[in-house]
Amino acid sequence: MASDPGEVGLSGWGNYPRVPTELLAPRTPAGARDLLLGRSGVVARGAGRAYGDAAVGTHSTISSRGLNRMRSFDAATAQLTVEAGVTIADILAAFEPRGFFLKVVPGTKFVTVGGAIAADVHGKNHHRDGGFGTIVESFRLALPGGEIVSCSRSENAALFAATLGGMGLTGMILDATLRLLPIETAWLRQDTRVAGNLDAAIDQLENNASTTYSVAWIDCLARGAALGRSLVYLAEHASRRDRELLGPDLEPFPSRRTARLSVPELFPGWLLNRASMRAFNELYFRRGAAQQGRPRLVHWDPYFFPLDAIADWNRVYGRRGFVQYQCVIPLDRARRVLADILDLVSRRGDASFLAVLKQLGDASGLISFPRRGYTLTMDFPVTDTLFAFLDQLDALVVDAGGRLYLAKDARQSRATFESGYPGLAALRDIRQQTGASTRLVSHLSARLGI
Amino acid sequence: MTDTKSILVIGGSSDIGHATALRYAKEGWRVTLAARDLEAAQRNADDIRTRSGVETSVQALDLLQAGQLAGFVAGLSTLPDTVVCVVGELGDQLRAQTDPELATTIMRTNFEAPSLLLEQFAQAFGARGYGTIVGVSSVAGDRGRASNYYYGAAKAGFSQFLSGLRNRLALAGKVRVVTVKPGFVRTKMTAHMKLPAPLTVEPDRVAEDIYRADVTRPRDVIYVARRFRLVMTIICALPEPIFKRMRI
Ligand SMILES: Cc1cc2nc3c(=O)[nH]c(=O)nc-3n(C[C@H](O)[C@H](O)[C@H](O)COP(=O)(O)OP(=O)(O)OC[C@H]3O[C@@H](n4cnc5c(N)ncnc54)[C@H](O)[C@@H]3O)c2cc1C
Ligand SMILES: NC(=O)c1ccc[n+]([C@@H]2O[C@H](COP(=O)([O-])OP(=O)(O)OC[C@H]3O[C@@H](n4cnc5c(N)ncnc54)[C@H](OP(=O)(O)O)[C@@H]3O)[C@@H](O)[C@H]2O)c1
Repeated sequence: MASDPGEVGLSGWGNYPRVPTELLAPRTPAGARDLLLGRSGVVARGAGRAYGDAAVGTHSTISSRGLNRMRSFDAATAQLTVEAGVTIADILAAFEPRGFFLKVVPGTKFVTVGGAIAADVHGKNHHRDGGFGTIVESFRLALPGGEIVSCSRSENAALFAATLGGMGLTGMILDATLRLLPIETAWLRQDTRVAGNLDAAIDQLENNASTTYSVAWIDCLARGAALGRSLVYLAEHASRRDRELLGPDLEPFPSRRTARLSVPELFPGWLLNRASMRAFNELYFRRGAAQQGRPRLVHWDPYFFPLDAIADWNRVYGRRGFVQYQCVIPLDRARRVLADILDLVSRRGDASFLAVLKQLGDASGLISFPRRGYTLTMDFPVTDTLFAFLDQLDALVVDAGGRLYLAKDARQSRATFESGYPGLAALRDIRQQTGASTRLVSHLSARLGI
Repeated sequence: MTDTKSILVIGGSSDIGHATALRYAKEGWRVTLAARDLEAAQRNADDIRTRSGVETSVQALDLLQAGQLAGFVAGLSTLPDTVVCVVGELGDQLRAQTDPELATTIMRTNFEAPSLLLEQFAQAFGARGYGTIVGVSSVAGDRGRASNYYYGAAKAGFSQFLSGLRNRLALAGKVRVVTVKPGFVRTKMTAHMKLPAPLTVEPDRVAEDIYRADVTRPRDVIYVARRFRLVMTIICALPEPIFKRMRI
């Protein structure tokens, strides 16, 4: 069943760290279960879009890419059952033309369903609609002992909650049933707002909390009184009527080709150098300001997945790779602490030129990342001084009662991790009971003692 | 819809068979997958139905079981518009050299059985007056090599069979025969091999080219990837005294 076994150097999307592991590629769910059985130091891997060391086993890594078959769809209930290696791109390619979308999507469509469940990924609507877990009806999980169990909110509920956001540490998800979202058009009705600084950006997000999608792109080059200067994008799925009003000559569901022709909303700023960047950010903000108060239609592909237009953009950071830093700060402390973090980052001067600010709602999984508050995300190239600097940021996050996202992490300390995740003890108990503690071990779990 | 077209894939458990059926399904064709591993075929059929919304079905067929091969076409409830045979087995060449039973299986699986089956379709399609027969052979059949000559010889036989069949049917009417010669394709068959990336394609490339050669841009013989036509022309042009000393 297995193919291409053998020792390879594997890393996450950030290309840091790169570590040796035995990579296994089963061709069927049953084959995956057989490979899991009897192995130790093993973890599942989806599309490898987690940035750090979560999807690399200390000894072996089982790829889900061969588990790429869809199983069934019921149009009446909008329930779709797929194997765990099916990607969000696959689902959208098959179902968007039939008028269905996914209620929760991350910033890239090239993630697997297994990976989306294991990280309980959040979209731009988490504050309103919750994480990926909320669209999962059930899944089948292969435990390290080889047993295959069905998990849902009513069956093996504890295992269900531990697996949502559980980073592959409870077992390997073989397949899952999701609920799709009916849509009337392929377009989003987007409103752009300019926020002169961080407070204004948070005000915008707060005042528009009833809007489905909201996100702020922060200009990391702005300092002083303009610290946190942002463009805030608010959006709803466009109804048939929105489309008639705002884009009478646009097709409700244009072919993929035409969709791809529309320019990504976000220019990949960090592909440019700092000098041209300042000019670019200026332009970017002026264009945003010009769009203020005039809603316009944007296709879902560039709207949700702007970076997908550029293949392998992660390579621009070179061989040493990069780290994506993503923290969440509870509501009451967010304004102060995020300002402090942005200030440190802008002084250091080597972060990405744009940072992302989003609202989050309550968590659903035992160690899911989201919690009510604001989450800030930015990229840093790996350098000799980076980790000491990020430790400084961690101290601010810990002090504020916040936490870091495991799907992005490659370097936080155990203390930082433990202070942020109160559900950890319960997860450890479940891992003990199923024999996962010693068997399912990723570089992430070994590093953090999960 | 009565004018829905249909495709039957023989070897529906394979990656190339799956991809090909899915390609046709996306154009609304009904799909039947025949295979000896029914569970694998059902998994593929479910995938195709879910992705495309077309009707799919599966059918048991082991080509090496004489009882199943004879009368297979006569027993079909509906005759497809297109039949694609992807059945094949690479086999272990080294073992085949000392194991006549394995050598026989390789030769029968790649040449004898597919040919006998497609002859049945040729007759049924001929009687009906139309249809396309797609046979998946291999570039390995273009010249015998040390590393896989049982497989290669059988594929050569199959390619010649398809060529002759095409010749016969072209004289008679509207039944078409398409010979497909893949080079390297990333599938279950090649999962254990290190394939040269620039010459290797995914199964959906083969599927796309088959669909085109059948439906949108009719062709008799296609190489996938296309550049393999040139590669094989060069390999076939090498004089035997040189070729026999080469390791390719
Ligand atoms: C450009 C970009 C934008 C992103 N935007 C967002 C965003 O907006 N919101 C967000 O939440 N995340 C975001 N992410 C992170 C990404 O969504 C998550 O890391 C996701 O888990 C990646 O899925 P994957 O299939 O690549 O899984 P991998 O990266 O391969 O694995 C991630 C984790 O899932 C586990 N896993 C994978 N498959 C299985 C399985 N079958 N069974 C059990 N465990 C499994 C692995 O063990 C690992 O712990 C982004 C990533 C990129 C590259
Ligand atoms: N992959 C390549 O690089 C490559 C290159 C050139 C040509 N090809 C040809 O492409 C075709 C498809 O191959 P693939 O790569 O997709 O590999 P594959 O999955 O091994 O396909 C071979 C198919 O033939 C079936 N089969 C074998 N013996 C059979 C029998 N007695 N009765 C019924 N079915 C039988 C197999 O069924 P099971 O699943 O039950 O085994 C399988 O579906 C083959 O003809 C192959 O020779 C492949």
